[in-house]
Amino acid sequence: MSVKAVKIRNVDLKYDEQLVLDDICLDIDEKDFMAIIGPNGGGKSTLLKLILGILKPDSGDVKVFGRDPVKSRKLMGYLPQHINFDPDFPINVFDTVLTGRYHGLFKGYTDKDREAVLKVLDDMEIKDLKDRQISKLSGGQMQRVFIARAIVREPKILIMDEPMASIDPEMQSSFYNLMARLNKKMAIILVSHDVGAVSTNVDKIACLNRKLYYHGDVENSAHGLEEIYHCPIELISHGIPHRILKDH
Amino acid sequence: MLEIFQYPFMQKALVAAVLISVACGVVGSYVVIKRIVSLSGAISHAAFGGVGMGYFLGVNPVLAAIPFSIVSAMAIGGVRQVAKISEDTAIGILWSVGMAIGVIFINLTPGYAPDLFSYLFGSILTVSNSDLLIMLVLDVIIVVVVYIFRREFLAVSFDEEFSSVTGVHALAIYLLLLALVALSVVVLIKAVGVILLIALFTIPAAIAKQYSYNIRNLMILATMLGIILTTTGLVLSYIFDLASGATIVMVLASAFAISYYLNG
Ligand SMILES: Nc1ncnc2c1ncn2[C@@H]1O[C@H](COP(=O)(O)OP(=O)(O)OP(=O)(O)O)[C@@H](O)[C@H]1O
Ligand SMILES: [Mg+2]
Repeated sequence: MSVKAVKIRNVDLKYDEQLVLDDICLDIDEKDFMAIIGPNGGGKSTLLKLILGILKPDSGDVKVFGRDPVKSRKLMGYLPQHINFDPDFPINVFDTVLTGRYHGLFKGYTDKDREAVLKVLDDMEIKDLKDRQISKLSGGQMQRVFIARAIVREPKILIMDEPMASIDPEMQSSFYNLMARLNKKMAIILVSHDVGAVSTNVDKIACLNRKLYYHGDVENSAHGLEEIYHCPIELISHGIPHRILKDH
Repeated sequence: MLEIFQYPFMQKALVAAVLISVACGVVGSYVVIKRIVSLSGAISHAAFGGVGMGYFLGVNPVLAAIPFSIVSAMAIGGVRQVAKISEDTAIGILWSVGMAIGVIFINLTPGYAPDLFSYLFGSILTVSNSDLLIMLVLDVIIVVVVYIFRREFLAVSFDEEFSSVTGVHALAIYLLLLALVALSVVVLIKAVGVILLIALFTIPAAIAKQYSYNIRNLMILATMLGIILTTTGLVLSYIFDLASGATIVMVLASAFAISYYLNG
């Protein structure tokens, strides 16, 4: 059997004294497409940062392809939820995405890297903006640039924190098509609040609110949703296609 | 007017203006985009401790400033990692402690410290050949290091967290950048002085930033502006018999105001 893409065992994490993640166990397979959902402050971004090795668990164990996350970083692509950067930082769209192809000290970017950048800019429909300074973009365009920067790496695990924030509906559907295509080659983990869109597009769901309430196939997730959002399932299922609430 | 450049001290001052502008254009660009202006201010003031030590030990104060500025840069940059002291607090402490150490060393040194004032407020007209040589060597080191690590510096300045995910050793690169700031401080110390030099770090790059969307162009433009503006300041200070460091700073500030107005 092949090694798991991500293996999280009994992980606790505290900020100061506040327990933010409580005894999390989660496996992600090589070709999984998983959405992490849950209320604000539920610990979703924190969990992603554990997988990326940006944060260390207080107890428990995180492995990515069987190794310490920091050692597996070359295999990961990342879209942060927030990016703090100087609004008029002197960099254009193309160069921003190119930083996603970083190879290591003394190794420059190659023509292959530049081609890969143009390809993803095309996929994200922002090729015509490639020479634009990063601050002269709309919020949604900027989000597309950062999605492009995450996928340009051709990672083995693509990790995205609310990729659909400020993305228009048209791009949203082409985004999920692109994800389906990429999913043939990589595991994808994304955080989303759009339960409807997620449930029609991804294979697995993890419901997180400090504890992991449910993880597994989308079909059976209704119970987990109810439990973590603490509200009747009718509310949540409003607008969700039937896939999530199969007739019994 | 150009005949004033026949004087050897003016020629040296002109060379110094070029050398400081290179350090300011290249490193100052990072200082501005990474927003480490006050951190750089602390490094420059801390370097004065080295100047005082130079007097005390009887070595060239510019050389003695090198270990001081590098150590203080590492201390400020690394403090978050080892102790629960914020960078801001560390900046405040080193800023004044470095100065205090300098003053105490000078107290301990017998006799009078002849050109102490020039290390505080700069005196581009009195730079010596050995000062110029030190400045040149440091400039070469700075430019070579920036060229080698340009991808890492850019990635870390733009988005530190993402850069570390792509495999950049973000902390090491950040400390290296601070080390370059420290070396640049030393390049500037004699010509502009520890108190005024922060203006040279920030103003040329801040003006250039209004016109360029690419870091390489930013550095080149900032260097050019630095050369033009410091030379202008130099000439004005000579004509009106004003302190050179202060005149250069006022010229820079005026240029910034004009450029801001034209762009605004
Ligand atoms: N750097 C930090 N220091 C202290 N507490 C933090 C920090 N980052 C997050 N927290 C706390 O940890 C908890 C989980 O935060 P996290 O960002 O993981 O939530 P999230 O599920 O991503 O929420 P959202 O949907 O709002 O993005 C929150 O209660 C938050 O207040
Ligand atoms: Mg979050």
